[in-house]
Amino acid sequence: MRALVVDDSRAMRALLTNILQSIGAEVTQAKDGCDALARLRSADRLPDLMLVDWHMPEMDGLELIKQVRKDPAWKPMTVMMVTTESEQENMVRALLAGADEYLIKPFTRDAVLEKLNLLGVHVPEQALAALTGG
Amino acid sequence: MTLTAREEDTFPFFQDYIFAKSAIVLTEEKRYLVETRLAPVVQQANLSCLGDLMRALLRGDRQLETAVVDAMTTNETSWFRDKSPFEALRDHVLAERMTANSGRRALSIWSAACSTGQEPYSVAMILEAHFPELSFWNVEILATDLAAGALARARQGRFSALEINRGLPAAHLLQYFSREGAHFQINDSLKRRVLFQQLNLAQTWPVIPPQDVILLRNVLIYFDAPTRQRVLAGVRANLRPGGFLLLGAAETTRELVGGFVPISVAGTTVYQLKEN
Repeated sequence: MRALVVDDSRAMRALLTNILQSIGAEVTQAKDGCDALARLRSADRLPDLMLVDWHMPEMDGLELIKQVRKDPAWKPMTVMMVTTESEQENMVRALLAGADEYLIKPFTRDAVLEKLNLLGVHVPEQALAALTGG
Repeated sequence: MTLTAREEDTFPFFQDYIFAKSAIVLTEEKRYLVETRLAPVVQQANLSCLGDLMRALLRGDRQLETAVVDAMTTNETSWFRDKSPFEALRDHVLAERMTANSGRRALSIWSAACSTGQEPYSVAMILEAHFPELSFWNVEILATDLAAGALARARQGRFSALEINRGLPAAHLLQYFSREGAHFQINDSLKRRVLFQQLNLAQTWPVIPPQDVILLRNVLIYFDAPTRQRVLAGVRANLRPGGFLLLGAAETTRELVGGFVPISVAGTTVYQLKEN
């Protein structure tokens, strides 16, 4: 699985990259919406998954998702917004813009894997079996 | 605070105590669990160590007993946990029971270890989203747990963002919850569908109406073999012929008493009690 992590925080990019690599994903990173679009345009192969922060310089996550959804070639890509924005009206905006899912920061590793599983992104069975919860 | 600073080893006491109160078996490798789960109880009761907590329990402190049982039995849990059992419920189990019950238009579902409510509420969401015709039926979702604290939270239906993040689709969050400060409150329409009751699976059960579906997920793993057998016999006795049992993904079915037929559906296995 190929994933693109878009976040202006280096620490957040590292954390999400780590989680995705732990389930065998090949991860690239972008520091804002413009950077992400440039990487998508020059990529040999489209990522299967894009995780997008909301507030970023240059181009924010909402605009990035709108741009990505305009291009039919990028349609197969699964997009999840990962943000501190937890107002429901913002979730609606993200979903209307074309996000497939929404994850509120802060999150646990388990929460990321569960959302990916919901989205039909392949998560190895061992990783799912190790999820905590009663 | 170092709970284990004193020489006394309280683990054997808590092993016996937790077993006596809940039938949960704590093996040596669960030692950490006693320390991590009971540290907040020790702190909140203004005690200094696990030894003090042990002595208070030996004196028969009922409030601490409840706190200890709650702390040892409550887990952070997720919505639609493991995904596939809920797909099986949606795509096969409910449709089959609705056909079987179409004459009397009644359906009973029991979430037997519901913790803070994510499981029965997930079931309620499936009913509301996929089976609108059931609004003309008498549908009862019974949700029970041993832990009073977890049940109180389940009844309240208020969840933190961290809890909401655990496997709940964003579309469901928008449809069935409203934001209240830092929390998300489940809608009354879903709350009304679920009846929460305290029940200790390891002890004698109260009278439970016959069920069409029993979710007994991720609880048998905590019990010893005799308790597991007793609980499974109870499940069988409380399930309608043709009804379904859903177990946790990692749970063994070797001890499943006779009469159940395993059915593979949606990438999981559900167990149907044979018709008489």
